[in-house]
Amino acid sequence: MIEYALVFGFFAVSLALLLNLWRLVAGPTLMDRVLAVDTMVINVIALVILFGIQYTTTTYFEAALLLAMFGFISTVAYCRFVMRGDIIE
Amino acid sequence: MNFLFEFVISSLIVLGGIFVLVGSIGLIKLPDLMTRLHAPTKATTLGLGGALGASMLYFLWGEGTLSIHEVLISVFLFLTAPVTAHFIAKAHLHLNRDTIRQELSPTGRDHGWSTFDTVPKEAAEAGKAIDQPRG
Repeated sequence: MIEYALVFGFFAVSLALLLNLWRLVAGPTLMDRVLAVDTMVINVIALVILFGIQYTTTTYFEAALLLAMFGFISTVAYCRFVMRGDIIE
Repeated sequence: MNFLFEFVISSLIVLGGIFVLVGSIGLIKLPDLMTRLHAPTKATTLGLGGALGASMLYFLWGEGTLSIHEVLISVFLFLTAPVTAHFIAKAHLHLNRDTIRQELSPTGRDHGWSTFDTVPKEAAEAGKAIDQPRG
């Protein structure tokens, strides 16, 4: 049963990544693109977690944690750069 | 017992996939950025929470050890998602402040909206009074 659920999960998350890519390319404003990249990072974390379940390995958790931190820091840095023209004042 | 674990794990994975997909569909369908912000920061975070819960149950079932990594990741994500949404919304407000300020209704007070207009005079004086050293 888990195998079929994993197939569905991979399908859904991959479709979500494609939709985010659409918003990233089409996005009318700059912040739309930032939001699309942020969502893509979260979806990639979900994909990594599902890979970890499929191959029954806990090796990928560090990668997921690093991706979470990296996505948050990059989004905040970009927003600060847009707002203030500088990242660290 | 095995069937119960499998059923719960599978339904968590399916629910997570559905919520992640709903978040991205919302990102495509909703009309402008301030409404678009809702879908990824809420639905996608919830979907990821489902996937992390499934992973935690799966390793609890398979290896008999409760792994704490998923809790770490989900706590981090649940803490940072609203911060990210707030930063994106504020950057959007500041980038388009001329058009947005014309759309806003008047505040009904003697000073304007706090993101766009300066601090009201009495509040600035009160803040200055707090900042000054006493005695």
